[in-house]
Formats: sequence, C-alpha cells, structure tokens
Amino acid sequence: MTEVLPKRITKEIERLMNDPAPGIKAVPFEDNLRYFDVVMAGPTQSPFQGGEFKLELFLPGGYPMEPPKVRFLTKIYHPNIDKLGRICLDILKDKWSPALQIRTVLLSIQALLSAPNPDDPLDNNVAQHWKDNEKDAIATAAAWTSQYALPGK
Amino acid sequence: MPVTDSTAFHNNDNDQLDGMDMSATGSDYDDDFLMSDPYDPEEYDGVEDDGFYDEIGGQGLFTAEGTKGLEERRPLYQVEYETHSESELVQLQKEEAAKVSGVFGIPMSHATMMLRSMKWNKERFFERFTENPEKVQLEAGIVTLEEAAQRRVTPEVKQYFADRRVRAVESNVQYPDWEELSPEAQTQRNLVEFIPDALCEICFSGDPSVPTYALPCRHRYCIDCYREYLTHKIWDEGLSARIQCPEFQCPIIVGEPVVEMLVSSADFSRYRNLLLRSYVSENDTMRWCPAPGCEYIIECHTPQSALLSTVPTVRCRCGHAFCFGCGLDDHQPCLCILARKWLKKCSDESETSTWISVNTQECPKCQAVIEKNGGCNHMTCRKCQHEFCWVCLGPWSQHGRAWYNCNRYDENASKQARSAQEKSREALTRYLHYQTRYANHERSADLDRDMYRKTERKMELMQQASSLSWIEVQFLRDAADTLIQCRMTLKWTYAFAFYLARNNMTELFEDNQRDLEMATEQLSEFLESPINPDTISTLRQQVLDKTAYVASRRKVVLEDTARGFAEDRWDFNVSLTE
Repeated sequence: MTEVLPKRITKEIERLMNDPAPGIKAVPFEDNLRYFDVVMAGPTQSPFQGGEFKLELFLPGGYPMEPPKVRFLTKIYHPNIDKLGRICLDILKDKWSPALQIRTVLLSIQALLSAPNPDDPLDNNVAQHWKDNEKDAIATAAAWTSQYALPGK
Repeated sequence: MPVTDSTAFHNNDNDQLDGMDMSATGSDYDDDFLMSDPYDPEEYDGVEDDGFYDEIGGQGLFTAEGTKGLEERRPLYQVEYETHSESELVQLQKEEAAKVSGVFGIPMSHATMMLRSMKWNKERFFERFTENPEKVQLEAGIVTLEEAAQRRVTPEVKQYFADRRVRAVESNVQYPDWEELSPEAQTQRNLVEFIPDALCEICFSGDPSVPTYALPCRHRYCIDCYREYLTHKIWDEGLSARIQCPEFQCPIIVGEPVVEMLVSSADFSRYRNLLLRSYVSENDTMRWCPAPGCEYIIECHTPQSALLSTVPTVRCRCGHAFCFGCGLDDHQPCLCILARKWLKKCSDESETSTWISVNTQECPKCQAVIEKNGGCNHMTCRKCQHEFCWVCLGPWSQHGRAWYNCNRYDENASKQARSAQEKSREALTRYLHYQTRYANHERSADLDRDMYRKTERKMELMQQASSLSWIEVQFLRDAADTLIQCRMTLKWTYAFAFYLARNNMTELFEDNQRDLEMATEQLSEFLESPINPDTISTLRQQVLDKTAYVASRRKVVLEDTARGFAEDRWDFNVSLTE
C-alpha cells in the first residue's frame, strides 16, 4: 500500500487492537488497512447465541465523512439483513456522523442482532415471518445459526 | 361587411356590437361574447387575458401590447399567482425576515435562520417562538448573542486564518478574509479557539496548532474537520438548511454564518444556492417552472387539497403555461388526477390488453389467449388440445353431427363470456372516440406551431401588400396564439369528457366543447388562407372577429367547468383517487 493512512484510521486500528469491543474481533488486512475481517459473536439471549458471524468492513476514501461499508459474510436469518448480507441500519446511511467509529458501528450491528426490527425490513419475507409468528421465526434463526455460524465452520 | 361564415354572431353588424354595453344581458346571442368588443385590440386583450399577460415581459411566445384588461372579477378558472426570479426570491426572503425581525426585535440573520428552520412557515414560527424562544433559537443553530458578542477573536486565531490564506496554494484550503465576512460570521469566528489538550473526535488528532469550534451544543471539533464535514455535506449530499452538528444524533443546525466563516467562498456560494433551492422545494406555495433551462419560480397559494375542484394553471414569465398542482403542461379544464389517469391510460399497455380482449378469446379450458386465424369455428387449443367453438365457446363435442347446439341462444356457459367481451369492445370504442380527438388536437397544435413560425413571414408579406402598419398586422400573431391555446384546451376537454358520467351536465359540457371546436377549426382555416392584397382588410376583420370569438368560447368552456366544480355538478365514472 502506497496510500498514507489518515491518522484517524491508524488510531482506530490501534484502539481496536488494544481494547477490542466485547464479542467483536476486527482485523485489518495486511495489504489493505482499509479492509477489515470481522468476527462477531451472536449476542446471548438471542437466536444467534453461540454463533460466530463473519463480516467484512471497508472504509471508503471519504471515511470518516462517509460511513464504512459493512456486510455479513455468514448466512443469517434476520429481518434487517438480506440474502447478500447487506444490513439495513440507519447509521450506515443517512444517520451517519463522522463522530461515529468502526467500534460504534460494530456495536450497533451487534445490538441489531439482539433486537431485530421487523417494522423496517430489508428482507420482506423474513420480516413477515417475524411479525406473523415470532416464535417460529426465532426458531428458524436459531436453526440457521447452528447450521451456518458454528465456530470452526 | 362581408360575411363568409355562417354562425349567427358574425352576421351582427359591427356597429351594433360597438355600442353594446359591457354587461349587456338578455341578448339572443352569447353573453360572454358580447362582454367585449371584438374589434378593439385592447379590449380583446381583456377578454383573452388569462391573467398571464400581466406576467409577461414581452419575451415569451405570447406577447401583448400593454395590458389594460377589463375591470372585471377574476374568472373562476384562474388562480392568483406570481412569478419570481431567483434574486427576487432572495429579496422576498429578506422582507419576510425583516418583518419577523421587526416584530420580535431580533437580528435579521437570526430571523432568517429561525424562519428557515420552520420552512418559512410564519404562523408556525410565531406560535413556536412565543412558546419557547430558546428552543427555536437552539434548533435553528443560533448562538446566544451575549456569549458570542462578549468574546473577541484572539490574535492567534486571527493569525491562523490569515496564515492559511497565504499557504492556500499548497494546502488547498482557503478561508475567507476577516473583512469579507458578514458581521454574523465574524461573531461566529470569535468562537473559534485554541484548546490545548482537546482531542478532535473526527480526526483523532490532538494537534494544538489547529483551532477548534463548537456549536452551542458544545460538541467541539477542529476547524479542519469541520470544514471537511461541511464541504462533504454541501457537495456530496447537496444539503444546506439541514446540516446538523457532526456529533451523532445532535439536532443542532449549523447556521449560515458558521458555514460562511469555515468554508471557501466557492463552497459558500454553492451553499447559498442550495439554500434557495431548498426554500423553493420545501415551500408548498412555490414551484420551479418546469420548462427546460427556465429559472423562474412560481408562487401560488392554491393548496393541494383544492386540486379536486380546481386546475391551477399558471404561466411563467418565460411563456410556459403549466399546472401548478402537478407540474404538467397546461391541462385545463381536466383535473390533475384525471389528466394523470388519462396520460397513463394512453401510454401504458392497458389499451393493448383491451385490444387483446376484444380481438382474441381465451381457451375456455386453459385460458390461453387465442386469435382466430382461419374461417373454421372449430378451434383446437395448441396448448391444452381442448376443442371448442369460436362462436359460443362451448365444447366442440356439442357441435358434432349428432348433436349441434351452437345456434341456441341461451347457452348459459357462453352467455357470460359474450357479455364480458361485448362490454370491453364497447369500452374500447368509447376510449378510441375520445383518444382520436385528443390526439388529433395535439397533432393539429403541433402543425399550428409550425404555422406560427411562418406567421412572422406572413406578417411581413401583409405589411408589404397593404397599407397596414406593423402594429396592425399583430392580429395574426395573436390569432395564432389563441388558436394553439384553444387546441390545448380542446385536447383536454376530451380527456375530461372521457371520465364524465353520462348526464345532462355532460351534454351541456359537450355543447360548449362543440362550439369551441367549431370556432377553432374556422379560425384555423382563416389562418391558412392565402394572402391576397385585395382582400387583406376583409381577412383582417374576419380573423380579428374570429379570434375574439374563439377566445370567448374557450373562456365559456373553462368558466363553466370551474363553476361546475364550485356547484359540485360534475359526476365522474371513475373515483378521484390514485
């Protein structure tokens, strides 16, 4: 990499390494420090508990004025996450503030796993399932977790 | 006076009309026509005047020599509106702000910012401001004056901005000079300060050589990040009035003076431009003229809720006539919702499917669409091999030598299919009736526009061939204007009529429509007649006469439609919802 990383990004990486958020591991690629491999533990008391979810995170050139781009790589059954792993979260779009960081973004995603919001769906089928029969939807989510997100898979 | 056409009016003598009282009633003839003297060009303007001419600076398609207009009430079908240029709008904002500033004794800039945060809704502003002035100020991003005024910009800060100007070429950052700033922006710059151990939460840099700034919410960032943040919002997101503090979920607005002192003058002028755009787009009483390249703004106070009973037609200073309600080209007398339905009907495939349902049948078994391609009524569906009769749609087995049933009328199974098909056939014929006429006027208007271009040449010819002056040959241009306008109106009367339920009112409407159409065609014919020096003065009389008549017929149609809405006497065969 020839690009000189903005101080902000270097600092953020430093902080992420020294003081990682609980249940979240974010490691930048060696040859591209704007690209992160993320592993997020499914929050307890959620159907994602016990799962380890892989995500990719990219800091675009406009960061921190522009939000980072984040996507789930592990299949997940969630009303605000679609088949391609794209996430419907306001802070990744119009509610982004340059005062937010990689850490806060990842924590928000983790919170989204604990509290799905079927009223603002990205995947309509999943959201409908969640609204019609929450218990059954949660069971499906748990089944997907053990099928796709078990550690070591 | 030579009379060439057969309508009753024109057999009237000139003199008779000249002496007619303006408000004459009780005549056998059309009152509306008699309201003005068709032979007086100025009066003619008065009749024809749609309120548009007041707006025209003589640059548009429709030009009028001095509008006097009659001292008459505004016709029902016209709405009040005004055209503004961008600079006039800026002036208008200033006046609004000055009013508010005067009433509450607050600085102009504060009034502007607060009004802007209320989307220039003065009533709302008055209400909210009397209730809780501090909150309104805070939301508008106003720093209380005392705090800012007490402060003085430190020499270090002043030096910093000056240095950055000098080094502008290398660092690509150029702050405006202190002297260039408005007083409000200078006040804001007083709030820029060096904080020794501050850590900017955006760049994570604790560089003590860069000063910082905070809005009244006290979220402090270095001015480099602030500037980058603002330019990003301005250029990449096109935001202006709604730029908030960079802090997550902080609702405080970054006001105009703050932007002014923190960004380059190029960025600031773009910001000002965006402010104006948002003023128009957020204001329900404003609309940009949709004509390509036109930068005028129309202000009209007809609310959206009135669109089910009015067609607020406006004419921009550029000459473009359009509907303020929906932005489409002038579609009087047709309501916006009906115009939309009509255009959709004409453009989308629903009519193709009507053709399909009229000219094809569905296989009674598998519903495959079948078009008859031979004379034999014995159909065999290619898809499901079902055999049936094209005429009665019953199974072909009943058409064998042993048992033939097709000629029996009350075959229940086929009766329903028949009536459904007849219905759609009739609906198609009805639609085509209106559509043909609609399309025809559109086409004719296009041809008339071509002719309009030739009118110039014709006017020259006329001047050469006769003793008429330039002013006197203007009638040709006026006639062409009127003709095109009437065709546009006629076009839309057909769309309107298509949606009208059949009743007496509709028949009256069609009578008016017929009169306008007939007169329009006659005028059109006059305008295409060759110029002969001997008959020029006759032609001129005829055209003047006909133009005024046609214009008055148009007015009758529009006025009657508008009155119909006011009296709630139109019934439609569709619901007036999307």
